[in-house]
Amino acid sequence: MHPLIRRLHRTLSNHIDSFLLVCTMILIGLGLAVLFSASDENLTKIGSQVVNVTVACVVMWAIANVPPHQLMRFALPLYAAGLVLLIGVALFGEISNGARRWLNLGITRIQPSELMKIAVPLMLAWYFDRHESALGLKNYAIAAVILLVPVLLIARQPDLGTAILIASSGFFVLFFAGLSWKILGGLFVSGLASLPILWSVLHDYQRKRLLTLIDPSQDPLGAGYHTIQSMIAVGSGGLVGKGWLHGTQAHLDFLPEHTTDFIFAVFSEEFGLIGNLFLLFLYSLVIARGLGIAARAPTLFSRLMAGSITMTFFTYCFVNMGMVSGILPVVGVPLPLISYGGTSMVTMLLGFGILMSIHTHKKLVKT
Amino acid sequence: MKEKVEIRDHQREMHAYRLRLGLSAGFILFFFLLLVSRFFYLQVIQHEHFKTLAENNRISIVPITPNRGLILDRNGTVLARNFSAYTLEITPGKVKNLNKTINELSKYVEISPSDRRRFKRLLDDSHSFESLPIRTRLKDEEVARFAVNNFRFPGVEIHARLFRQYPDGELTSPFLGYIGRINDNDLDKIDAAGDTANYKGTDYIGKMGIEQSFEKQLHGTTGFDQVEVDSSGREVRTLSRTPPISGDIVTLTIDSKLQEIAEKAFGDFRGALIAIDPNNGEILAFVSKPGFDPNLFVEGIDSQTWQALNNSPDKPLLNRALHGEYPPGSTFKPFMALAGLQLQARSPTDTISDPGYFELPGQSHHYRDWKPGGHGLVDLHKSIVVSCDTYYYGLANLLGIDKIHDFISQFGFGKKTGIDIGGELSGVLPSAEWKMKRYKQKWYAGDTIPVGIGQGYDLATPLQLAFATSILASDGIAYKPHLVESVRNSKTGKIEKPPSAFLYKLDIDPNYLADVRSAMIDVTKPGGTAPGVGEGASYEVAAKTGTAQVIGIKQGEKYVASNIQERYRDHALLIAYAPADHPRIALAILVENGGHGGTTAGPIARQLMDYYLLGKLPQDKVNQEKIDAPAD
Repeated sequence: MHPLIRRLHRTLSNHIDSFLLVCTMILIGLGLAVLFSASDENLTKIGSQVVNVTVACVVMWAIANVPPHQLMRFALPLYAAGLVLLIGVALFGEISNGARRWLNLGITRIQPSELMKIAVPLMLAWYFDRHESALGLKNYAIAAVILLVPVLLIARQPDLGTAILIASSGFFVLFFAGLSWKILGGLFVSGLASLPILWSVLHDYQRKRLLTLIDPSQDPLGAGYHTIQSMIAVGSGGLVGKGWLHGTQAHLDFLPEHTTDFIFAVFSEEFGLIGNLFLLFLYSLVIARGLGIAARAPTLFSRLMAGSITMTFFTYCFVNMGMVSGILPVVGVPLPLISYGGTSMVTMLLGFGILMSIHTHKKLVKT
Repeated sequence: MKEKVEIRDHQREMHAYRLRLGLSAGFILFFFLLLVSRFFYLQVIQHEHFKTLAENNRISIVPITPNRGLILDRNGTVLARNFSAYTLEITPGKVKNLNKTINELSKYVEISPSDRRRFKRLLDDSHSFESLPIRTRLKDEEVARFAVNNFRFPGVEIHARLFRQYPDGELTSPFLGYIGRINDNDLDKIDAAGDTANYKGTDYIGKMGIEQSFEKQLHGTTGFDQVEVDSSGREVRTLSRTPPISGDIVTLTIDSKLQEIAEKAFGDFRGALIAIDPNNGEILAFVSKPGFDPNLFVEGIDSQTWQALNNSPDKPLLNRALHGEYPPGSTFKPFMALAGLQLQARSPTDTISDPGYFELPGQSHHYRDWKPGGHGLVDLHKSIVVSCDTYYYGLANLLGIDKIHDFISQFGFGKKTGIDIGGELSGVLPSAEWKMKRYKQKWYAGDTIPVGIGQGYDLATPLQLAFATSILASDGIAYKPHLVESVRNSKTGKIEKPPSAFLYKLDIDPNYLADVRSAMIDVTKPGGTAPGVGEGASYEVAAKTGTAQVIGIKQGEKYVASNIQERYRDHALLIAYAPADHPRIALAILVENGGHGGTTAGPIARQLMDYYLLGKLPQDKVNQEKIDAPAD
């Protein structure tokens, strides 16, 4: 090989974890195939998803090349900026589909809650790392405030799905930082106890979704429609599925959002139980790799980040598939690496970039 | 250094951390297994159940298009209605080879070359998933013949559809307009208005006239069927139905008999006519000649026919009454006369001496009177009766353009009348400010002179002229000209009338109005410019004739009609109202290249008034023509 090409290859692959990369690429490839079917063979949609993937890969590569201690520096400014934008949304945000989630910056519309998906765990990991020498109850309390302020702002938009995801990503940081079992137990009990209060602050449509989860047939054309139709899609897929491009639920337009949040229903209908198991297997490989990276991470910051990113990824997978198969209420959570959309793709691969950075920079830290 | 001190701690921490990672892994495994069991339950145990649901039990929403509202004339005659017919429709996206399919189809159903052309035009304007008619109004045996062979033609279906029909065709097109297929432009407007749901299943939308401006009322509310469809999309049964609500019934102020008489009276002439009831602004007749058959547009017009209409030198697609701007010519003079009187520039008895031309002081240009040698001594009365130009050249010069503009704009010149259909032009009532804006030039004294006789920069639509005449007829009360008398809600039966058409009352001395009226009455008497209009009538008619130049005549040259090609001959104009003392009808007539207003427009006006005021049909003349025709 020409030395120049070899050097280029090294520069490109130096901080890339090839195992993670291969799994990711298989998942993305699978996603494009499903999208082709779900979008009624719409090549423009495929094209724009390829652009999304490309952008996300560049982001992943760039982040993988930044050592973790440099990443820590972004924690505070990113979190502060995210908070300011969230307050901006609450005050001047644009309403779309009845929720105030977007902020128009003139040039582009942004959804600050997406930024927070990375900024909140980053901030928390940075905070714990700073106070590593003496972690007391006070620190966990402050961390809880850091977590709850953006979560409540997002829940108020209302965007319950994102709020839950961010809350869980932050919770995972606290969990891996060693939050005592007593407190965890206390949280669990008080969480159960506060369910009635939570119920009372929920929006009507959110309550309806929870109720229809118990009995979807109550409201077959309203809130239950999504669940009924996606369950029909999954169930009718059977053991081996109806075959690629042959799913009828999606193609006859019975499935709503069948390229984004409900794309798993299309996948499930066309590839059946076998396909679902294969997909779970791929996700498990990614998660196992993430946990492995977390286990060997050298600093508290990188341990917390790696653990949180991996667990959040799992949460995405579980919530989305659970929603589609009718065991969780309908919340706006995409299926990672498969659903159509640029923002979630970039967020996912950005997280993977951090994992790769943690994995490939640890030797440098040790020496 | 710190590490050394806390090294045991650190190891314990790492141990605790890894324990938690391990617990997490177990947690993940548990939830993934939960998913697996859920998948197993849905996809294996319950598979048959969901398979049946997917194959047989789908709920689909099918829109039911409402019947479009009827349009009636003031006497209840139907001007626009719907009829049901079978159409043969092709969804281009579902057909592989369109030409081959159409050729095959023509074996079972007659498809003419014009059907093919019309289909091609529709194809260019539509999306491939829309179902487009290749043949409309199928005969019963054609339906039967195709139905037997339907299986050979995927993507081709027979539908029973409602079609719009305009029984009077060309006669009513100037004000009814027509409906046509919804295009992308219309879709954007529907979206912007938030009406998308209500237009599901609707293929047509009002494109012009009443059909366009009362689209909202005429369209109605779309109904919905909730149906079960099987896996191929076929309907199995209806679960529930929300019936559609038909469009409202729109009743117009038009008298279709009067409209017909007016249209016939034009004969082969091109032009426009508006008749208004001066007591309320109701439009009684609305003619633009030649017209076109609006039924052509309903089924989709083929490009050849459209080209022919669009390129015809007679411009049948031009709505002359709304969109044609013509110099008002001498019909402008009664308004000028009122300006002169009300603004105290001349009294009714002031006389001028007319040598046959007018000169501005210090200039040699002759503004010529239509009568070489002039009319001698002329006062206000005579100036209208004989239509003296020189009198008004001088008056215009005395008043100046801005005073003329401000006074005469009260009669609606230079601005839209606000009629309840779209596409109206505003004409031009010039002022110094207007000229600066339009041409970036200052106003010269010489520009004012021809304005006095309705020439120069002056332009008015026939509608504006009729509106101005109706104000004159009602002694200065302005009612907005309008076509819709009432809208009847088809569900509640409630009849809604448009708000009062009263606009304003002009502040003009009644004596001056009487002076102008008496002069206009004498126009229709022997010695006036339109003696035929009043001859033998049992009521008195007030009128003013006019001619509008199509080409300029050079200084020292003479206008001789017979020397000039027909299309360059003057336009004939007439404004009139009757009975002069208590007017019930006011009208403006424009006859393109008709020469003198009294001779061509006069008989038209007289036929209309005779019918409207006396109920007298112009039968004798029609019979005469019928008898004469074979001899030609």
